[in-house]
Amino acid sequence: MNGPGLSFPVEFDPTLPRRHSSGNIFARFFLVSTWAGIAALALLMLTILNDSIGYVIITTEVDPASLAVNGVPYEEQTNQQLTDILANHLSARRLRVLEKETPFADLNQAELVLLVEQEVLDPEAAATFSMVQSLFDRSMVNAELAEHPGATMQMRFWLQPGLLSNSGSSNALLAGIRTALYGSLWIIAITILVAFPIGVGAAIFLEEYTVDNAFYRLLRANITNLAGVPSIIYGMLGLAIFVRGMQPITSGALFNAVSGDPAAATGRTILSAGFTLALLILPLIIINAQEAIRAVNPLLRQASLGLGATQWETIWHHVLPQAMPGILTGTILAISRAIGETAPLVVVGAATYITFDPTGPFSKFTTLPIAIYQWVSRPQPEFRSLAAASILVLMALLLSLNAFAIALRNRLQKKQ
Amino acid sequence: MSTITNNASGGNLSPEALSLKHRPRPVEALIYGFLFFCGIVSIFTTLGIVYELGKESLLFFSTPGVTIWGFLTGTRWQPQAGNFGILPLLTSTLLTSGMAMLVAAPLGLAAAIYLSEYATPSLRKALKPTLEVLAGVPTVVYGYFALTFMTPLLRAIFGKDTVEIYNTASAGLVMGILILPLVSSMAEDALSAVPNALREAAYGLGATKLEVAVQVVLPAAVSGLAAAFLVAISRAIGETMIVAIAAGAGPRFTFNPFQAAETMSGHIVRISGGDLSYNSIDYNSLFAIGLFLFIVTAAINLVSQQVVRHLKRNTQ
Repeated sequence: MNGPGLSFPVEFDPTLPRRHSSGNIFARFFLVSTWAGIAALALLMLTILNDSIGYVIITTEVDPASLAVNGVPYEEQTNQQLTDILANHLSARRLRVLEKETPFADLNQAELVLLVEQEVLDPEAAATFSMVQSLFDRSMVNAELAEHPGATMQMRFWLQPGLLSNSGSSNALLAGIRTALYGSLWIIAITILVAFPIGVGAAIFLEEYTVDNAFYRLLRANITNLAGVPSIIYGMLGLAIFVRGMQPITSGALFNAVSGDPAAATGRTILSAGFTLALLILPLIIINAQEAIRAVNPLLRQASLGLGATQWETIWHHVLPQAMPGILTGTILAISRAIGETAPLVVVGAATYITFDPTGPFSKFTTLPIAIYQWVSRPQPEFRSLAAASILVLMALLLSLNAFAIALRNRLQKKQ
Repeated sequence: MSTITNNASGGNLSPEALSLKHRPRPVEALIYGFLFFCGIVSIFTTLGIVYELGKESLLFFSTPGVTIWGFLTGTRWQPQAGNFGILPLLTSTLLTSGMAMLVAAPLGLAAAIYLSEYATPSLRKALKPTLEVLAGVPTVVYGYFALTFMTPLLRAIFGKDTVEIYNTASAGLVMGILILPLVSSMAEDALSAVPNALREAAYGLGATKLEVAVQVVLPAAVSGLAAAFLVAISRAIGETMIVAIAAGAGPRFTFNPFQAAETMSGHIVRISGGDLSYNSIDYNSLFAIGLFLFIVTAAINLVSQQVVRHLKRNTQ
């Protein structure tokens, strides 16, 4: 086998082929593992899409075609005609109740249409199908349709305008996330107002004003530890301190901001939720802002101080502008964490079922993730589709926030 | 800057302006006061957590019939019957976290090795943020995923008789996906921190790429990897929404991952989500579970920080 001039025998290391082949096997295993995470992400998105679009078999109390007048469907009729439909189909008592909630004269055409749908048509999802079932199992869909005489079938993309404009409802076909979206926005606004100044202030304090001694080391270690505390513990803290301890403030009773009986006011309000989430994301904001401030060139500080600026002037005019891109990016990422948080808000006491929009910091609340949680927990498939469509809204919100953070950072960095 | 212009525009400088003595600056002092307050808010947060959890737990343990020993060793959690043993909640927490680590530890470590040792810099730059998107997905979405994807999948594989609709396996597996980017990201940082000289020396001795990665780089980064695993475990133990949605309601003392069993965090969420009157034993018992959860996660986090500090000292 060995040529005459060859000084190295080929079997110099007999284990070499085995070592190489095991190397190749593991290299493939490492590659596959890396892609497993990305495959999971893709599967997640596909599952959501699969549930958010598909055939729905709808039964109604009244045939919608019978409501048409002269060929004009009810959706396009005038206020007067719609009010007539309500008067013709509802009992006198139900009419009085509705009239007492909001007089029909005060409603616009779209609201009247919704009322007709809710009260007169009262549609019900007899069967809901996923996208895969709708596309590849038409025979099952048709068989189901045959079981419901008089029912209509429609291809429904659950992420439709009604989802955004309707409030919560026990009817999956008419339920929407408007109330939950407003709740989320109110809470996030309060969270930002509280957490951003305190977080940046704490970061400035830790980076610019402290010396290296035991107390400040403890302070720093404490913040790292807080970032690792499970979010549900923050929920319990919020329940004990904001909902119970500070009830006069968070319920608004102290400011006479409660409509109705002040004794009935509880601290389970938007304000408590905002405070709780602020405490939750504070460590994240501080840690990110600290990193951004630490990255500012120390020569800049020394130059400013050398020219006679005070410490705060140096920070305000030189350090903060330089650190701002990093601080803002970190804050936005922390906020997107807060938007998706569910558990602490359940503990703080999100309302399970409200249909009215929050009007201020002392309102009861529900948020988008909580609406999703409640819908996912229901066994009916139509609520699962509703949850999937709401997840699409939530993910779109988070993705655009993250994209905004990246764009902002690039823009501010270019300016400097 | 403003100080200079002020002095320059002053023209005739008074003796006070020329004095180098420290001048009182009330605004600076005020700002310092505000910043100091911001700095110690975090201390008050920690004190608040310890105080509130501790206070309510004390009330709980001072209730007749409740003992710390019974709490830690009891196998039944039935508040109506006065049974407060945390073990059923604890075992299901361990089941879901263990299941999560079973997914996240090997996959996360392998992904970290790939990213640090095999991938080209440009591929790494693209893959790492994509993986981190997984960590940014709200946990309620993972709960939905566990219930609508993982559970039917498990039931299709193992049979509907073995796998209940709510089960800890499905919650645990999906939780593994959630903490996978945490493991891979921290582990990759630890592997990348290993000095290149070690790799080059090993290559010079004729080691293959796999041998360099597994026999040289991994042992050198072992404390960083341990820290990554510890943080992931602590995150898994405290994780709430996935288990609240997919693992089932009702405490159950079982080691079968295909059965429904409520975890500590899942129990807190379910009970506090309902109507709960303050000063009841139910309310107090939640804080005792919370305190237990807090102590366990804080202990794990502290150990992982010690490990990281150890690592830093060794590499310097």
